[in-house]
Amino acid sequence: MSLARHPKTLLVIVAEAALEKALVRDARERGAQRWTVTEVHGAGVEGVREGAWEADRTIELKLICDAAVAEAIAEHVIARYAANYAVALYFADVQVVRPDRF
Amino acid sequence: MIDVVVLFFLLGVFARLVGSDLRLPEALYETLSIYLLLAIGLKGGIELSRQPIGLLAPQVLACMALGFAIPFVLYPLLRSLRLAGADAASVAAHYGSVSVVTFAVASAALAREGIAYESHAALWVAVMEAPGLVAGILLARWAARREQGAGAGGTARWRELAHDVLFGKSVLLLLGGLIIGAIAGEAGAKPIAAVFVDPFKGVLALFLLELGLVAGARLAEVRRFGAAVLVVGVAVPPVLALAGAAVGWALGLSVGGVALLATLAASASYIAAPTAMRIAVPEANAALSITAALGVTFPFNLVAGIPMYIALAQWIAQRSPT
Repeated sequence: MSLARHPKTLLVIVAEAALEKALVRDARERGAQRWTVTEVHGAGVEGVREGAWEADRTIELKLICDAAVAEAIAEHVIARYAANYAVALYFADVQVVRPDRF
Repeated sequence: MIDVVVLFFLLGVFARLVGSDLRLPEALYETLSIYLLLAIGLKGGIELSRQPIGLLAPQVLACMALGFAIPFVLYPLLRSLRLAGADAASVAAHYGSVSVVTFAVASAALAREGIAYESHAALWVAVMEAPGLVAGILLARWAARREQGAGAGGTARWRELAHDVLFGKSVLLLLGGLIIGAIAGEAGAKPIAAVFVDPFKGVLALFLLELGLVAGARLAEVRRFGAAVLVVGVAVPPVLALAGAAVGWALGLSVGGVALLATLAASASYIAAPTAMRIAVPEANAALSITAALGVTFPFNLVAGIPMYIALAQWIAQRSPT
């Protein structure tokens, strides 16, 4: 017997580390219940971010939530931060086992 | 002679320029920076316990006023170099704030040359981080309102910003170290001296190796911004050093103290300022400020600036009646 799976949306936001607090706050306000943050380094259209010292750090914020919540968060992030900050985001369909936890 | 720690910095820059794979683990960078901030604070704190508080208040106020004034002086100069309002305000804030490592290298140079300085100088560093940032943010808001009309420039999130600056790593550890040192005194701090006092210069050397790698990466960016960033990065520090030395002289500081205050005025922040400006002035070009502060001014101060500021302090001492 296989586990019951439930569809959810994974929203991944890659952004300057300076935005971490604001992004988490905004996501929570829009209904995200859990998130994970990892420090990453790489390059985007704005150039290479190596994460070599404090001001050069980049985070990857992963949120799993309902599609509508992910949509609202993404819309807000684009409207509020995309003009002035290095921000990349993408969605993916995922399946979870315990839907009430997201 | 060039200080041995500066040679480590140059090695880091060289490694970066030749594309070496050398890289210090991030956890080590983090550890070294915590160590340096605490050690600098502790050293100042031990001395602080011997100082009458009445003597310190004018110094603290003068240091804060100096940090606050620097961006207002720089802003019109930067605007005349055709920098946009937000960029000029952000660059000015970086120079108004201070670089702890530049301070550490200057004190090491003074110690090596046997020039006395106020050992509680770490207190000056701690109080000089924030005022320049506040001034830069005010300038950016003012510039935005002037360019886009009233209401522009965003809503001030001063509380959040004050929290991040006052309880951020550098001010917290510097002030924490100062207070611990002041409470413990020389005798109380003796058991930890083997960790926090004796190996200080070796740790500073290692940290500078890493900063050399980071600054080397910014050096390549200088071409992107052209002559303006070079002019700002090299010409601004000596001018600010003059202002710092003048304040130090007016306060009646020792030769080493005048040199340190000149160095602090000439130094540019590349840790607290970039983060604060990203949040408070998002429209400013962060790479421009960082390239000027870390790619040009920091190496300039280490190699040429600090010896110049020490010579300046000695020159002032010779000229002024004792």
